[in-house]
Amino acid sequence: MDHRPMAWGRPRDDVYGAYDASYVRPNDPTQHTQQPIVTGTSVLAIKFKEGVVIAADNLASYGSLARFTDVKRLRTFAGTSVVGFGGDVSDMQYINRHLTDLTLSENYSSPDEPRLSAANLHRYLSKLMYKRRSKFDPLWNHILVAGLDDEGAPFLAATDLLGTTYSAPSLATGYGSMLAQPIMRRHAPDEESAAQLSQEAAIEVIRESMKVLFYRDARSMDRYSIAVITKDGVDLKEDEQLEGQSWAFADRIKGYGTQTV
Amino acid sequence: MAAMFSQNPLMNGAHYATTDAPKTNDYREHRFYPYTDNGGTTLAISGADFTVMAGDTRHTSGYSINSRTEPKLFKIGGTTADQHDATIVLSVCGFAADGNALRDQLDTICKIYRYRHGKAMSANACAKRLSTILYGKRFFPYYVHAMLGGIDEEGKGVVYSYDPVGSYERETCRAGGAGGSLIMPFLDNQVNFKNQYAPGSGVGHDLQERERRPLLLDEVETLVKDAFDGAAERHIEVGDSLQMFILTKDGIEEKILPLKKD
Amino acid sequence: MFRNNYDNDSVTFSPQGRIFQIEYAAEAVKQGSVVVGIASKTHVVLCAIKRNAEELSSYQKKLFTVDEHVGLAIAGLTSDARVLSNFMKHQCLGHRLTYGRAMPVSSLVDLIGEKAQTNTQMYGKRPYGVGLLVAGVDEKGTHLFEFQPSGMTEEMVAFAIGARSQMARTYLERNLDKFENASREELIQHGLKALKESLVQDKELTVENTSVGVAGAQTEGKKGIEPFKLYDGFDVQEWIESVADGPGAGDEAEGEGMDVDN
Repeated sequence: MDHRPMAWGRPRDDVYGAYDASYVRPNDPTQHTQQPIVTGTSVLAIKFKEGVVIAADNLASYGSLARFTDVKRLRTFAGTSVVGFGGDVSDMQYINRHLTDLTLSENYSSPDEPRLSAANLHRYLSKLMYKRRSKFDPLWNHILVAGLDDEGAPFLAATDLLGTTYSAPSLATGYGSMLAQPIMRRHAPDEESAAQLSQEAAIEVIRESMKVLFYRDARSMDRYSIAVITKDGVDLKEDEQLEGQSWAFADRIKGYGTQTV
Repeated sequence: MAAMFSQNPLMNGAHYATTDAPKTNDYREHRFYPYTDNGGTTLAISGADFTVMAGDTRHTSGYSINSRTEPKLFKIGGTTADQHDATIVLSVCGFAADGNALRDQLDTICKIYRYRHGKAMSANACAKRLSTILYGKRFFPYYVHAMLGGIDEEGKGVVYSYDPVGSYERETCRAGGAGGSLIMPFLDNQVNFKNQYAPGSGVGHDLQERERRPLLLDEVETLVKDAFDGAAERHIEVGDSLQMFILTKDGIEEKILPLKKD
Repeated sequence: MFRNNYDNDSVTFSPQGRIFQIEYAAEAVKQGSVVVGIASKTHVVLCAIKRNAEELSSYQKKLFTVDEHVGLAIAGLTSDARVLSNFMKHQCLGHRLTYGRAMPVSSLVDLIGEKAQTNTQMYGKRPYGVGLLVAGVDEKGTHLFEFQPSGMTEEMVAFAIGARSQMARTYLERNLDKFENASREELIQHGLKALKESLVQDKELTVENTSVGVAGAQTEGKKGIEPFKLYDGFDVQEWIESVADGPGAGDEAEGEGMDVDN
């Protein structure tokens, strides 16, 4: 007779044969995300006089493989904010579902108008990210939230897989923080200069920065999404093509890989 | 694969969310590291009837500057969300997400205290409570160097400084964070007059220490600015702007001064 | 008195479709001293009569500050009210922590409505023996809600609950059209006049027995809301004097108002 606890309540092996353990939940330790698998690269955003421009390309990579080429990494929230995701795509989709639930319950409790501003949404997301990192089960993303704050002023802030938050006139995640952020900071070094920037200028800065990223970031693509958020709402374009590319500079790049001359 | 989605491929170790720690030649353990260091420096000096709390506003990840305007100083325990009538200031330096969580927790506790007792929490009660909060996470600490500034029940300025797990002490001055070790010796000399002797008092055991006296507010403000200019010069994680809170019995005054942005 | 077979618990209907325990709980509300609430476009006011059990005792608290944007007035069991008030306080703090904003007043009232309703549908539970007037401001402006032990909640322009509150309600109904555009001071005066209507013959409003609470919505050109604030003691003296008996102090309502109390 098997008296061990794991055999309790199970049919006896000597009568019924060995128990098929595949029917019970395995006793293994629960597993958490330890690394991102399918990933999106940079998200860029910059504030201007009346709002915020945000962009991300439509690529989801599997390691160095350009796996999915039509993945939308910007999502609108309540018609007043946009969330941009870098990092793990499945975690992005999880947060997406979560935000849809949040919209639903918010619409139920106040149906007539959206009440969660971008500032409120950013706070909520950062608490979510921080809670998950504290459970050692992080959502492997770097997120930008763009929109307007409770006073109607342009709002732009980031949160990452650790729950770290920060806000600046221009923000970029991933490689964008090294390649695009210097370009954007030249146009909007501080809040005052961002408040002078026109919408057209801001869009142009973002498009140029996306182009630089496409030139230099191997995990990027030339089809991208761009959204402009003002008090009039969100103007989201999800299938933009990088215009005016010039690869003339590529000839002059030397000193990498096997090329020695 | 994680390196694809990195803050900065040059950085590794504590600045980076994942650590690749080779255990043996056969295995590589790859695990999530829940902390990071967001840099910056904080400084607090207490006077006879005032306290000055200061911090830079640079927020970093590795070699990148995330923001030039992210505060490390927070007013605590006011009646409203804008903290216009707060009397206590908390400064946190280190892992910014933990710092924000700590600030939220302490402020909530102060609000509940006010609701239950109908009065604001005193600085020393708040200081003790902060220690308990930090120790409450002894085995998964808030990775921050916290400081609390206020005015005590006798009207004197107070500064309490903490280690990440809640050991705390009332001090006349303390510098913390990335530039803490650069500023602290300067404060020893300029605030507590360490290694300053009366001129002509002799050598060796004959040396007379310079007599200690509490500093005046404008002297302290100058010291703070000098200390941060020095730290910004020599430490890459310090700079952009200096945020200063001056706490007196009349309330809290805020000053923002420019620092080096390079 | 006849024996009622259907009032032993709060989960059994009588053949007439009534739940007596809930109706009894509603009676407890009528035992409490009167409270009045009025909302204008810009402000919302709560006024209450405090009672003391005997000459030597203190006055029972009638108004509570829940959060900076919400306050409530109670009629009925104070201890039950404190449970609800604590619950609301924590909900508001939690909401501020997760969303960084003031909790919408209607969501808050829905929560206590649900909480009270479950008590009426579970064996062994007792309905709350208290009625509330919840006053608050949020981004949609001013709000006044009534809450009953049954779990019913309803938004009101002006309302009164508690002992002899019918007199106050009559006053409010008669002056209904004046509230929407009333100023802060006018609104408080209407509230106090309504209170006076409910007083028994020889009682008067005094600085000891009157409480006033006011909150103001965010208006054009003003940053932020006027937080809910309680006024007791000498802070209410001027308002009491301004509605002291004399010409115009609710005299229109007097003729018929007397008949209502029977």
